[in-house]
Amino acid sequence: MAQSNPAVSAKPQSASRPVREGSPWKGMWAVVGKEMADHLSSARMVVLEILVVLAAIGSIYVATQNISQNVSQDRFLYLRLFTTAQDPLPAFAALLAFFIPLVAIALAFDSVNSEFSRRTLSRVLAQPIYRDALLMGKFLAGLFTLALVCTALWLLIFGLGILRLGVAPGGEEVGRALWFLVATIFYGGIWLALAMVFSVIFRQPATAALTSTAVWLFFTVFWNIIAGLLAQSLSPIRFGTLGELLAQANLQLALARFSPNTLYAETMIALLNPETRSLGILLPTQMEGAILGSPLPLSQSVALIWPQLTGLIAATIVLFALAYILFQRQEIRA
Amino acid sequence: MSETVLETRDLTKKYNSFVAVDHLNLQVQAGEVFGLLGPNGAGKTTTILMLLGLTEPTSGSVRVLGLDPTRQPLSVKSRVGYLPDQVGFYDELTARENLTYIARLNPIPTPQLPARVDEALQRVGLREVADKRVGTFSRGMRQRLGVADVLIKNPRLIIMDEPTSGLDPEASLEFLEMIRALKREGITILLSSHLLYQVQAVCDRVGLFHKGRMVLQGTVNELAERVLGGAYRIQLQAEGDPQAIQSALQRVDGFRNIRQTGENLYTMEAARDLRPEAAQAVVQAGGRLYKLDVQTQSLEEIYSAYFKEVEHGTVQSSRVR
Ligand SMILES: Nc1ncnc2c1ncn2[C@@H]1O[C@H](COP(=O)(O)OP(=O)(O)OP(=O)(O)O)[C@@H](O)[C@H]1O
Ligand SMILES: [Mg+2]
Repeated sequence: MAQSNPAVSAKPQSASRPVREGSPWKGMWAVVGKEMADHLSSARMVVLEILVVLAAIGSIYVATQNISQNVSQDRFLYLRLFTTAQDPLPAFAALLAFFIPLVAIALAFDSVNSEFSRRTLSRVLAQPIYRDALLMGKFLAGLFTLALVCTALWLLIFGLGILRLGVAPGGEEVGRALWFLVATIFYGGIWLALAMVFSVIFRQPATAALTSTAVWLFFTVFWNIIAGLLAQSLSPIRFGTLGELLAQANLQLALARFSPNTLYAETMIALLNPETRSLGILLPTQMEGAILGSPLPLSQSVALIWPQLTGLIAATIVLFALAYILFQRQEIRA
Repeated sequence: MSETVLETRDLTKKYNSFVAVDHLNLQVQAGEVFGLLGPNGAGKTTTILMLLGLTEPTSGSVRVLGLDPTRQPLSVKSRVGYLPDQVGFYDELTARENLTYIARLNPIPTPQLPARVDEALQRVGLREVADKRVGTFSRGMRQRLGVADVLIKNPRLIIMDEPTSGLDPEASLEFLEMIRALKREGITILLSSHLLYQVQAVCDRVGLFHKGRMVLQGTVNELAERVLGGAYRIQLQAEGDPQAIQSALQRVDGFRNIRQTGENLYTMEAARDLRPEAAQAVVQAGGRLYKLDVQTQSLEEIYSAYFKEVEHGTVQSSRVR
């Protein structure tokens, strides 16, 4: 079923190749404009957006109810909107972690292969643009659409919050929410780039969609289990010393961080729970001098998630580069 | 007039060890309509992709409007229009939206853009359906939209890959008329096809492709002469002694390949229209002439005769210039 592209020609870039004429990004904004218009009007995106918005409203509604009942005086009321869960609805942040990859995959799984199957690719590439502009334009259009959807959701949360809680959000809260927005967009960027890679590799959009979803499922469901098993076998506990226990836990965490879901979850925790002081395993000695439960300033929370955030961005870039290389090597006959 | 618009020198493309295009030498002059002919898999599309810089040649050189498509792809692609084989459009967009996207990519300055799009649609007769979704278009309309798509950048050279494949006879005729109109405007056209009579109808010169090599090149008449012995086929119906008539015809200078094709029917090839000479010869042999016909040879026949010869191994690559 996985019909891969037959027309990948072995075409080593000749060493003597001169500098290319003109800018590789010429025409990119035309591509971005067209693709974004497509995304925003496509039935697929409309359905997904309605779904996301409904889920968001549901979880925020429940959260505001919960908050106004329990905690009346809280510095971070609005952040609680993101994190408060009440059965049967999960917290909004958890919903995001679930929905964002799906939206991203839906945006990109047929971005390149559909141009092949509609036979529009050679017509577009016969215009004075490079392939770089086409691929980058498609990626940016996906990212901007994602950013648009997320921003709309954020505004919705704050709007609902003001309506239901009757207090204005504080600057610190807004700042944290904005950082979280950035992290969410790049978390989506990873899945966008991944789906794009598969849309270059597989000629069938359905294959690309299935494969992308399979990878997402793997990281969502299985990777933590695998990381635990790997850590147990690679760093076994023989004598039960503290050092052994620590080594295994650290290894498990390190392995888990290969998953974008872990990176995103850690970012979410540190940004939305200002009390979070560390994302690793915490020893009592490290807690000395810290007042438990006292929130960190935003700058320190950001410093805490900096590696995670750069990890998310780096993964996005690496995956996009992969899609780019594969696309450059393809022969366009359609 | 005889400015060279397109030139290849020993152009070669290999896919691993398979040679798709083999030392191709091709020249197309300004204002000319050139036809690339060949059976499936002959290498026509591969050649076209190399001309546009969409595929890199393995060796050899290409000059399009004096530019090198591998080094200056943007300059080449902004001057050359390409109508791909089975051109595709975004079905959910209208004709106008499809063309607007292409115009933006070129880029045509925004103020001129609507006028240019309308003009291109007008020229191919799609102005009335400009705001219909392309998904509803027929094959013929799509093909014309493809031409509009190419015209939008005011190209000096248009390359079309199998432009009439999939069109019904009437749509093909319309399409060929459009090609003639483009030629009258001074646009040079290179087209590939295996529909021979159509190529014959519009092309000034043709090149015959076989297994990656250009085996014959020239005007249709030159090709006919080379392969069939003459561009004109004369058929006559005459009563009388077949032997006498045939030998009388043989004495005429310029007839080749004289044969009896039925009772009282004779067929022969000639480089010129030699009907008066044929009539005279029949009368001199004591025959009674009932009918005298001349046809220009169809490329179809050249084609099949040539490949028959190839199969029998009687020709190698040869050129008519
Ligand atoms: N990417 C590729 N890898 C290997 N071989 C290829 C590749 N692309 C084309 N070929 C081969 O090159 C040869 C020439 O193909 P090309 O498409 O140029 O033929 P064509 O003359 O356009 O044929 P058609 O009339 O069917 O369009 C074919 O035999 C084809 O199998
Ligand atoms: Mg072809």
